[in-house]
Amino acid sequence: MATAATTTDWTSDTPSSNPAAFDVRRVREDFPILHQTVHGKPLVYLDNAATSQKPLAVIDAERDFYLRDNSNIHRGVHALSERATKAYEEVRVKVQRWLNAREPREIVFVRGTTEAINLVASSFGRRNIQAGDEILISAMEHHSNIVPWQILCEEKGARLRVAPISDRGELIFEEYERLLGPRTKLVATVHVSNVLGTINPVREIVAAAHRRGIPVLLDGAQAVPHLKVDVQQIDCDFYALSSHKIFGPTGVGVLYGKAEWLERMPPYQGGGDMIRSVTFEKTLYNAIPYKFEAGTPNIAATIGLGAAIDYVHRLGFDVLAAYERQLLAYATEQLSQIPGLRMIGTAKDKAGVISFVLEGIHAHDVGTILDQEGIAIRTGHHCAQPLMERFGVPATARASLAFYNTREEVDALVTGIGKVVELLG
Amino acid sequence: MPDLRGLYQDVILDHSRRPRNFRVIEAADRRADGYNPLCGDKVTIYLRLDGDRISDVSFRGSGCAISTSSASILTEIVKGKTRAEADALFGRFHDLVTGKAAPEGSDLGKLEVFGGVSEFPARVKCATLAWHTLKSALEGGGTVSTEGEDDEDVAAR
Repeated sequence: MATAATTTDWTSDTPSSNPAAFDVRRVREDFPILHQTVHGKPLVYLDNAATSQKPLAVIDAERDFYLRDNSNIHRGVHALSERATKAYEEVRVKVQRWLNAREPREIVFVRGTTEAINLVASSFGRRNIQAGDEILISAMEHHSNIVPWQILCEEKGARLRVAPISDRGELIFEEYERLLGPRTKLVATVHVSNVLGTINPVREIVAAAHRRGIPVLLDGAQAVPHLKVDVQQIDCDFYALSSHKIFGPTGVGVLYGKAEWLERMPPYQGGGDMIRSVTFEKTLYNAIPYKFEAGTPNIAATIGLGAAIDYVHRLGFDVLAAYERQLLAYATEQLSQIPGLRMIGTAKDKAGVISFVLEGIHAHDVGTILDQEGIAIRTGHHCAQPLMERFGVPATARASLAFYNTREEVDALVTGIGKVVELLG
Repeated sequence: MPDLRGLYQDVILDHSRRPRNFRVIEAADRRADGYNPLCGDKVTIYLRLDGDRISDVSFRGSGCAISTSSASILTEIVKGKTRAEADALFGRFHDLVTGKAAPEGSDLGKLEVFGGVSEFPARVKCATLAWHTLKSALEGGGTVSTEGEDDEDVAAR
């Protein structure tokens, strides 16, 4: 049943992990936006890595909050504020269970993945990074997991190191291990690449760093829509994600941090809600996670995130993942048969992201022509310019899948690319 | 509904496949680099000046069909023009690709093939990148970005 539940049994397994049991047509009914035409053609939305569409359950949850419970949180004694606070804090528990964090206080609400990483760069960085220290990232990072560290390194006189990747788009593990040195103070890397779709071996990445006493931050923005994430099993120290990539609203995200780190880190922003007491002489900070949540957050979006988590679990994460794996295999097979098409990112372990270039045709032109066919893909450098350079391309076209996509949509993409080649090839 | 054939006219496709004056002028009097950080398009314009007149012009770079053909046709059109003439041409070209002026009667000659761009707002910057770069070269050179503060095409994104 493709409707949101108010409560979810987190302990039971999903009803079935047989993708044949998954009724994609029925699930698409939950996403009103998908049922429209663009330039006279049925919309084929293949830009899910940029942002995912939202099911009615999420849209309704936000709307219901404004219709019934809207109030500020953690402040009022009145009924509405208590309801809003309760609903908001329930989402924290939902996120904790979803990621399998030890405690709800390890879940910090932020604006999105970018802010989560900036929070760690600013707070952890201020306390723990000194001149001569090193921060290690990989060659497949999004700008949001490069620039905050560059800013920090510049401020502190620290050095940003970059672990290289292979031509398939996989981390070269020996090189990564070789770069873990006595000066390395933090590893920050992506779980699933937004351009290549590569699923990084995060447990091994974390274990190798931990053997040398180095904490690890993972950028999980593209991982959570495709993979079941267990932060205890991965044993990462920080995990960053955005609600809008997992069928929730924009404007809210999550930083998971191990309590022992969060406890020791200074506040990120100062303001209301993050304090215990304020005098002009001295301010005592609130406990975690509130120490990091200054100001009124995006409450309605957070409620929407809770609805999105419920929705996905209701459908069954394993069922969705199995369906998506099949769809990715089908799309990969179909696209590889197009002459002149080169896939960028051919890792063995991949999520539903397919980047490609067409010989002699710029990605921008591909995007414009596909748009005329009602097909939405992303073209450009995908906020990963160093990665484009690594593969020697100015830009790529990227089709990214979600569980509401169909084989017919993949076929439409293949036909659309045929038209591109016909017109420009 | 916007017309793809109107955007990708034969002249445009021809220039994108076989760009003219696609070379470096070693003894250039002026050069400027243009960059569109949103799509990664890059163009470098080289100029030889004879007083106020453009005696030779060429370009190098990489970009989509629209930006490459625009740069190519630009080099054909502005050769022999004075700085004021080139500036005026850019103004009229800009009006054409942003839909402020119709191709008919614009007196833009070959540049009229870019009239279809106005139906694709996301592609206006592709068409104007080389022209912004030419302007910068004429003003003394340097680097221009389509994301500059005074960029009049921002609204067209």
